[in-house]
Amino acid sequence: MDVLVNNFDVFRNGFFVTLQFCILAATGALIIGVLVAVMRISPVPPLRWLGSTYVTVLRNCPLTIVMFFAAFALPALGSNADFLRIPGLDQIFKRLGTDLPYFRFALIALSVYTAAFVAEAIRSGVNGVPSGQAEAARAIGLTFTQNLRYVVLPQAWKGAVVPLGSVLIAMIKNSALAGFFGVAGDLSASAQSLTSAGGFPIIPVFIGISLGYLILTVPLGLLLDRVERRQAVAR
Amino acid sequence: MSNDSMSVLYDAPGPRARRITLISSILAALAAVAGLYFLVYRPLDERGQFSMERWGPLIDPGNEVFGQVWTQLGQGFRATLTAAALAIVSSLAFGTLLAVLRVQLKSLMRRRFDSLPAPVALAVRALSWLLNGVTRFFVEVFRGLPVVITIFFCASGLPVLGVDLGDILWYLVLGLTIYNGVVIGEILRSGMEGLPGGQREAADAIGLTSFQATRMILLPQAFRIMLPALISQLVVVLKDTSLGFIISYEEVLRKSSFIIQVLDNPIQVYVVVGVIYIAVNYLLSKLAEYAQRRLAKGRRTARKSKPATTGGESTTVQETEAVAGTAT
Repeated sequence: MDVLVNNFDVFRNGFFVTLQFCILAATGALIIGVLVAVMRISPVPPLRWLGSTYVTVLRNCPLTIVMFFAAFALPALGSNADFLRIPGLDQIFKRLGTDLPYFRFALIALSVYTAAFVAEAIRSGVNGVPSGQAEAARAIGLTFTQNLRYVVLPQAWKGAVVPLGSVLIAMIKNSALAGFFGVAGDLSASAQSLTSAGGFPIIPVFIGISLGYLILTVPLGLLLDRVERRQAVAR
Repeated sequence: MSNDSMSVLYDAPGPRARRITLISSILAALAAVAGLYFLVYRPLDERGQFSMERWGPLIDPGNEVFGQVWTQLGQGFRATLTAAALAIVSSLAFGTLLAVLRVQLKSLMRRRFDSLPAPVALAVRALSWLLNGVTRFFVEVFRGLPVVITIFFCASGLPVLGVDLGDILWYLVLGLTIYNGVVIGEILRSGMEGLPGGQREAADAIGLTSFQATRMILLPQAFRIMLPALISQLVVVLKDTSLGFIISYEEVLRKSSFIIQVLDNPIQVYVVVGVIYIAVNYLLSKLAEYAQRRLAKGRRTARKSKPATTGGESTTVQETEAVAGTAT
């Protein structure tokens, strides 16, 4: 167990890198996901097709391939993902501004991948709103945007919280893959460096790394269970 | 599908709205095409990513390495499918066992064992309480861990502990089984707990033991209700098999990286592999949708004949959706 105590700062730093990565990826995924969800329910057919193609492709593609794409296709497009070096934000999230682009590449891959699931969660929330609500809104003469803004989306939000939460938990777990794609120093990369390069015994390292992830996922899961139970009562 | 369910948001368009829709459709399509051309096609073309030199080995049967490349990819896909099939079978078995175990332990915890002498009864109750805690802990831990980490530590930890599974395939299958078995176990458990209470009561009334009731009454119904969620979990297994490349299992992505080292065409190879993955998974998710529709149809007729069970069944429907959401 000495390994845990002696390398505490490695675990702590790994935890914070993973946490930063997850916060950024969740923000990105929510933004892209909402856009895609709006596209999928818009009255303009090409946007709808674009939205559903996006969801179908990303949902059925392993994250590993998406990561490979970010790592190979973005440089081929001539981009180092420098648009993510947002001034101010890279002061808080230091990794955004590094010269090595892997953090940004992995971030893009995870956001883009998760966005498909976010869009599905939002859409399932919208579908969960009884159709009488939207019909009533139309009957009193609200337009499509008004209908969405004042009637459907506020109610859809309620139904979307639980699926969105499970998407976020899945995203936190998927973030472990970033450590295997050149993102140095996050929890999973620390797992490799401590066991293979550091030569530390494997069980304590496993416990430390696991604790790092469980601190993130288990409370979220319990919170989600609570919300779900309360909603079941409210219904 | 989205067309039908969403048209409730706006009226059937009149002439003016149709005109606006048409114009914005054309604009959106033009914007999409222009964006693709200038942001994706042009930069890729400038770097020669569309040249036959890079694509030829993958799509031109006349190319000299076409046969070799596809033999490699074929071997890779066979390895992926082998691992996926083994992982699916074993995680279904493991998940079912886990679900039955947890349901049994839960019913065991409710019993008071009054017929036994007091110390024995207390010991049995403490034991069942302990076992329940242990399984719950196991489930929470392995559900909360990334499957990559589970696979990684299976592959690097077990040999250190003196457990040698031989082929690297088995470490991948073990890692996938632990994670997905736990998830499937939870799906089945929530399916069994979502059933109307009358099911177990009726089973008790005709004299089935607790285990018999679980095995013959609850489990088959849970399988049926949770079929869509189970199928989407199988898609997850197939996708997660691609993580085998981390422990250098020679599945399709690892084979692809060998090809890429020689031919230097990463984008092209990953496009081809990705398309195949997407096609297979798309078919599987269609199957899940079909199963869901079939089940919904069956339920609707059942509800007509037995209105008394409506309440219980509608909760299970909601739970199915919630769990299906988890299975990402």
